[in-house]
Amino acid sequence: MAPESLGQIFVAAVLANNFVLAMFLGLCPFLGVSTRLDTAFPMGVATTFVMLVASLCAYGLNLLLTMFQLEFLRLISYIVVIASAVQLVEMFLKKTSPVLFRALGIYLPLITTNCAVLGVALFQTAREYSFTQSLVFSLGGGAGFTLALVLMASVRERLQLSNVLGLVQGTALSLMLAGLLSMAFMGFAGLGS
Amino acid sequence: MSAPVPASTPAFALIRTLGLVSTICGLIIVGAYQGTYDAAAANRRLALERAVFKVIPAAESMVEWQATPQGIRPAGGEATAGAVKFYATYDAAGALAGIAVEAGAKGYADTVRILYGYSHGCQCVSGIGVVSMKETPGIGDKIITDKAFLANFQALDVRLNAELSALANEVKVVKHGSKTNAWQIDAIAGATVTSRAVGKAINDSAQQLLPRLVPEMEKLRKKES
Amino acid sequence: MSDLAQARTFDEFMEGIWRQNPVFVMVLGMCPTLAVTVSAINALSMGLATGFVLVCSCGLVSLVRNIVPKEVRIATYIVIIATFVTVVDYVIQAVSLAVYDALGAFIQLIVVNCIILGRAEAHASKHPPLKAMVNALGMSIGFVIGLLALGVVREILGAGTLFGFSLFGANFQPWVVMVLPPGGFIVLGAWLLLFAALKRRKEARLAAPGDGHGA
Repeated sequence: MAPESLGQIFVAAVLANNFVLAMFLGLCPFLGVSTRLDTAFPMGVATTFVMLVASLCAYGLNLLLTMFQLEFLRLISYIVVIASAVQLVEMFLKKTSPVLFRALGIYLPLITTNCAVLGVALFQTAREYSFTQSLVFSLGGGAGFTLALVLMASVRERLQLSNVLGLVQGTALSLMLAGLLSMAFMGFAGLGS
Repeated sequence: MSAPVPASTPAFALIRTLGLVSTICGLIIVGAYQGTYDAAAANRRLALERAVFKVIPAAESMVEWQATPQGIRPAGGEATAGAVKFYATYDAAGALAGIAVEAGAKGYADTVRILYGYSHGCQCVSGIGVVSMKETPGIGDKIITDKAFLANFQALDVRLNAELSALANEVKVVKHGSKTNAWQIDAIAGATVTSRAVGKAINDSAQQLLPRLVPEMEKLRKKES
Repeated sequence: MSDLAQARTFDEFMEGIWRQNPVFVMVLGMCPTLAVTVSAINALSMGLATGFVLVCSCGLVSLVRNIVPKEVRIATYIVIIATFVTVVDYVIQAVSLAVYDALGAFIQLIVVNCIILGRAEAHASKHPPLKAMVNALGMSIGFVIGLLALGVVREILGAGTLFGFSLFGANFQPWVVMVLPPGGFIVLGAWLLLFAALKRRKEARLAAPGDGHGA
């Protein structure tokens, strides 16, 4: 298969194939943490970091497993690595910024079940990306995730101050919003090809 | 009122439990893998054969080959790095019916994978089949049904240059209705990205494969039994 | 089983279908819900695959619940779930390559479906295997219903077919956005809106039984 350039991969992951708005990965935190801008952004950064670690480890793991013909252990090993990476991030945050740690609350360990993180590992394996391609892909994916999260949080913060029909409030409204954002991002189709 | 803190489990118990659970899970996975391996492989083989025979209608049987920088040889065992896989197909009489090659390129949503048939007599692509794609229904997926688009591939010129090092003319996808040369592909109006993916897939694959394949075409004339 | 036990088991079963429907009530496991429901058959396949993993995982989690120490329980559950996801991945490949291609990466992503880990943690780890599996089965059916609700609407509007059978003939201009990502968000939002409206009407009726006409 023809190799994609690093720029193409990055732009595609952030805009044209945004992880949240186009590929439907990472929706639980997307809808859960995007109520306030000051928690949305750190969440995005934390997730990006975990994605990066997961991507690098997945690349190495995949090489090892293929060498020993143990491909059927791929999924288990990926998810265990992700769970460990999240533990590390949690411990790091607890020590360096307890306020942030408390603010993110339950959503921090939930990064483990964030489809976007496992998705990065699985997609880069399926597309047979090289080491640098995987790196750029995970960075782009994280950046796209953070972008979507920040956009969503900005709009929702504004909405809290406006008159919204009570019936629509809550998840239904967030989903409609996400639909509009997704449609907007469709405009990036073909960018960088 | 503070409840007494439960004693934390000793490390040995943790390891023992994890070990036990891992063993059970390992056995389940290996069992499933062995049990389904044959059926899954058969499915894949069947799907591939169906796709190849659809692209090259005269074909009755096919043999897998590899094209390495050193030349072509039958596939078997390990795949050499950088080798391009292709399928030599033979008709009922055992004569070469055409070459089928898998190719892929990024489309709008994800990779578009196609199978194209190469006919040495005309040094052209004789047809394509879409193996998998996740393009937009009603727009990108027209590459499967649009007769005018598919007609592009009935005699797509992919002859090599004089040095046999690359294609004489790069396969290019042009705007709908502006095709003038046999090595161009008329894009589907409104589905440019997906059309371009198909063109790119063929171009990239042919540029890599044909310089290695054409000089050694004779090896494929007769089916090796 | 005694009558009371039977009634309780039935309750367990129904809980996942209505009161705690994973898609419409708990709004969990949305990644596959929105991604694969572009057609009814895909929705059904994904629902069945997830159901298989859910029931088997809850069964095994429940079996080992007494010997798994508190500290490693999440890790253990994840390993168990990943095992059954790997199994279902191979089984689907052996049964139908078409379904496998259609569901793509989302088969393996079942492992991070919040529903399964949530159920294992909240329920299966505290109840005997049979009860856990019955509850899991109910939740799976609820999930399938949710997925089908989305898949059917998106397929009919976005492609004019149902389970592959053309409904409106060749002249139907499909509302293509329905089978694209925005459509997924919007249709789920619409369903949630519908349920919210129904719930509100039910509450209004319960609160003021004397009024003949609704609010």
